[in-house]
Amino acid sequence: MSEWASLRFQNVKKSYDQKTMVVQGFDLDVAKGEFLTLLGPSGSGKTTVLMMLAGFEDVTSGEIILDGEPLTRTAPWRRNIGMVFQNYALFPHMSVGDNLAYPLKLRNMPRAEVTKRVEEHLELVELGDFAKRYPGQLSGGQRQRVALARALIFEPSIVLMDEPLGALDKKLREQMQFEITRLHQRLGFTVIYVTHDQTEALTMSDRIAVFNEGVVQQCASPSDLYERPANAFVANFIGENNMIGGTAERIDDGKATVRLASGATVTAQASGLHGPGPCVLSVRPEKLYVQPTAHAYDNEAPARFLVRHYVGDFIRYFFELGDGSEVAVKALNDPSAPTLAEGQDVTLAWLSQDGFAFPPPGAPQNAPAPLTNETEEELSR
Amino acid sequence: MAIGGRTAARRTTDVPLTHDETRTARLGLRRRQRRAFMLVVPLLVFLLLAFLAPIGSMLYRSAYNPTVANLIPGTLVALRTWDGQSVPDRDVLTAMAADLRRLALSRESGRLAAEINRTYPGASSTINAAARGLRRVDEAEIASAGADTLLGANERWSDPRFWRAIRRAGANFTADYYLTALDLERDASGAVKSRESAQIYRQLYGKTLGMALTITVLCVLLGYPLAYHMANAPARRANLMMVLVLLPFWTSLLVRTTAWIALLQTNGVMNSTLMSLGLISEPFELLYTRNATIIAMTHILLPFMILPLYSVMRGIDPSYMRAAMSLGARPLGAFARIYLPMTMPGLSAGALLVFIISVGYYITPALVGGTDGQMISNIIAFHMQQSNNWELAAALGSLLLLVIVALYWLYDRLVGASNIKLG
Repeated sequence: MSEWASLRFQNVKKSYDQKTMVVQGFDLDVAKGEFLTLLGPSGSGKTTVLMMLAGFEDVTSGEIILDGEPLTRTAPWRRNIGMVFQNYALFPHMSVGDNLAYPLKLRNMPRAEVTKRVEEHLELVELGDFAKRYPGQLSGGQRQRVALARALIFEPSIVLMDEPLGALDKKLREQMQFEITRLHQRLGFTVIYVTHDQTEALTMSDRIAVFNEGVVQQCASPSDLYERPANAFVANFIGENNMIGGTAERIDDGKATVRLASGATVTAQASGLHGPGPCVLSVRPEKLYVQPTAHAYDNEAPARFLVRHYVGDFIRYFFELGDGSEVAVKALNDPSAPTLAEGQDVTLAWLSQDGFAFPPPGAPQNAPAPLTNETEEELSR
Repeated sequence: MAIGGRTAARRTTDVPLTHDETRTARLGLRRRQRRAFMLVVPLLVFLLLAFLAPIGSMLYRSAYNPTVANLIPGTLVALRTWDGQSVPDRDVLTAMAADLRRLALSRESGRLAAEINRTYPGASSTINAAARGLRRVDEAEIASAGADTLLGANERWSDPRFWRAIRRAGANFTADYYLTALDLERDASGAVKSRESAQIYRQLYGKTLGMALTITVLCVLLGYPLAYHMANAPARRANLMMVLVLLPFWTSLLVRTTAWIALLQTNGVMNSTLMSLGLISEPFELLYTRNATIIAMTHILLPFMILPLYSVMRGIDPSYMRAAMSLGARPLGAFARIYLPMTMPGLSAGALLVFIISVGYYITPALVGGTDGQMISNIIAFHMQQSNNWELAAALGSLLLLVIVALYWLYDRLVGASNIKLG
């Protein structure tokens, strides 16, 4: 198969209206064969990055380097980048076979070779008998697989996927996640994958870049992202998290002593905190326990039970701390799940290593950067 | 690993219904059908009276001509046994003499002479003379000597060709109007040949179709880029442009056409502007030409092209063009191979609309076309209103209908009618 490429973004910026930056200084290295996901809420700039990479949007400043070659001055049709669109963008007036043959014909490949490749790639996505069908006759999952085959068939240097599973129902989405991962492992292509679905990102990616307001908040492996979030946004965006207001009293060797608004004093891992001051403590609901349990935990806080939500495989309990802030606790639905009466006073416990103390969200570090002189010059050119 | 192994949805199985359940279900179905029918009854009645009936009557009139049959019924009955080769026997001649005498007395022989003259030039004087001669003969004499009187009056009465012409003119249904509409005629022996005198209608059909085609092509060239721009513009600007496109629809057709007269005439806006700019030294002859008809009709019919194109283009996501480019297509290639075929439903609908409307257009060519810019409908109107030849007008109209149906059939074969999309 083809040589898959590595990719580098160098301080890439994008502004549409010459006033605000949609993407603010994006730096990233993507290794050969890596599955990298751009994750973020809508409007966070992740799709813009993808569009700049594919060549459908200009880069305002900075450079994108594909296998050592600068890319930003290359026309989209010369970039040799495979792309899977959210709506699949299969050409409705061409059969599945013709859709797949289209990029090969554009490259003047001999007819016999085209036929062979189309067959191979239809086999690859397990649609061997579908060459004569039209996209309108396929189910959503089948269209998705045709789109995937079409993005791979001309041996692109990398493959971009723009929320490719967004239009599928939940069951099918999980199936296709598995399918894409399988193809990726088998063929080893480099993928830039855009999604706002964190489960999808966590299950499929080698690394995830979390976007917010045009800035990469953290770029790390799924487990690092989940277990060691870099800031309050990531902690809140990936998975569920309790965000409890408090004040950092002391920071010692990466450990913060936090006095919660409700009065309890706990310890947590300091992240981005440079000195005493207001902070938020983030603890995941599944890391919190209702005492008494068989284990010992080094953090404790008194709380009052409010209500429980039965979800099925787990139960979510809601508690109120002394200052009125709400805390959720997730417990497996098994005999160990606590039975509580409304209004009952309990003690919540957790390990200090599972708590993170962040600067409060909206602190200066996340403010949108104003245009620098340099980028203004770029824009006015 | 097999993908797509979703659990098969459970099908509803055929459960036998009891007699009462079947009856209730059937009654419910009938009630729904009856209600649906009641809802469309007014429209059906309207269509029947205002649309199907006139078309049917037009088709009928174009082929039905009972004038001669009503004038000489006795002769035509007697002619039924005639072999068509020899001189007709005495019964026929006697019947003809009796009919002619009756017509002469009621002063209708001139009509008969004119009708037969169409199929047999020169017959007019023969018939009129015979009728004048028979006027003074009484009824009893006709029965005994009518045949001889006729034979003696003119040798044509013993010519089988003359009698064949009479028999043909006496048929209730005739294709003669269609022959005229196609610039054909029958010679005295009844064979079809091209008319030697002026060839009007075939040339006019050709001109009409040519002009309609020109107008359609112009509408495509002007409408396609605009529709594309509108479909890709922000919603507010697209809406504003749509209002501008629709504005002509809200103005009277007559006003728009009259405005074109002001623009195109010799001392009109267009010529005086071009002259004051020094681009031309003498005014163009624009008004009352074929070009005037084409310009004005292109303007009037442009919305019919833009609307279906716009609605189809609006539904085409930009990702299709992007996909084509990411696969390696240059913008022009992607347009030709991807975008254009995807807009085909709107393009065909618009082109078909514009073409069919312009083939039958009347008011604009009548006002700005002069003699050169007239189309087939203007001639049909002429035969309806001035020459009073409704049968010929009906034949011309039926042929126009036939041409359009044929073109539609051709279109269906080439492109597929199911491909049309109006919105």
